Amino acid sequence: MTMAGTSTGTLDRREVVKALLAQRDDALVVAGLGSSCYDAGVYDHPNTFYLWGAMGAAAMIGLGLALAQPRRRVLVITGDGEMLMGLGSFATIGAQKPGNLAIVVLDNELYAETGMQPTHTARGVDLAGIAKAAGFAVAETVRIEDALDACVGQVYRTPGPVFFDLKVSAKRYPMSMRLRDGAHIKNRFRENLLGQKAFD
Amino acid sequence: MKAENPPRVWAQDIYNAFKRLGIVQVAYVPDAGHTQLILDCHADADMKAVSLTSEQEGIAMLAGAWLGGERGALLMQSSGAGNCVNMLSLAQECRFPMLMLVTLRGDWGEFNPWQIAMGQSTGKVLEHAGCVVQRVDRADEVGEVVFAAGQMAFSTNRPIAVLIGQRVVGFKDWSK
Repeated sequence: MTMAGTSTGTLDRREVVKALLAQRDDALVVAGLGSSCYDAGVYDHPNTFYLWGAMGAAAMIGLGLALAQPRRRVLVITGDGEMLMGLGSFATIGAQKPGNLAIVVLDNELYAETGMQPTHTARGVDLAGIAKAAGFAVAETVRIEDALDACVGQVYRTPGPVFFDLKVSAKRYPMSMRLRDGAHIKNRFRENLLGQKAFD
Repeated sequence: MKAENPPRVWAQDIYNAFKRLGIVQVAYVPDAGHTQLILDCHADADMKAVSLTSEQEGIAMLAGAWLGGERGALLMQSSGAGNCVNMLSLAQECRFPMLMLVTLRGDWGEFNPWQIAMGQSTGKVLEHAGCVVQRVDRADEVGEVVFAAGQMAFSTNRPIAVLIGQRVVGFKDWSK
């Protein structure tokens, strides 16, 4: 069994998120609580909705947003612990099959915020396998940097739902962002996306 | 003689209220009380009816819908209210509007003792989680209460739960 504080992954989470968000164009992004939120915050954009709580919500926020904005790509970036708390979302999304939704898990096999305890992915639970079985169009685990370019391309262009489990290292980065007021994050997102319609 | 449940004309009234409110996304975990409404929402080409594995998914989905500019509603039975508690922090912290319709079990004439725990605590649980809770016990008022709750939710950006009493929904006669 994996020891506390280690990961079988070697990808650098900040490099992965940098590569993903560099090609975001007009995509709408949902960032799950914890490290994923801080990673996305390094490349802050009003089209990103950040979660600082509501663990397990990220994928389903992505579904509601993808249904409401079928012409935009919706990308959910979240952690393995957050995704494990919302496992039922895989089934709901698999049943809906939104073509414009992609979910990327930054899988360090750890609950990094709470003391680096191993998650189920450290014990062999295969998130991509679950997504595949739930009916995602693409569901893969990525361990090597050379595969990242192709992965980013699929995240934005392959008909979804798309799922990638990116095995990242246990490396922790400082909290990158101060922005945490939920109403502000929501209003900023809606105003940027909907313009005056945001206040109807 | 066994009591007969009243016909659920109020299901149509809820559907009409949804149309007036501009509800597009309808997330649900099925309840017998919502059978006809769920069918009507699925049959409406302008609505997106989504079956959930757990009610908490619906809170997150409606948040996403609102981020994307669509109005949604969440249908559940009282047993599902407890599943939503932590997710409702989304609505409270971000001021997301939520229209939740909760058909009550364990409320009136209940035969199944396992329904009492959530049926009797649903209103309190949802209030503690930051929802405005409104209750309707008359079938002919359901549509009006839902419309009013929806207007309040979407105009004031708050979660509003409408509890539909078991007296309206109907109950199983357990006598032999």
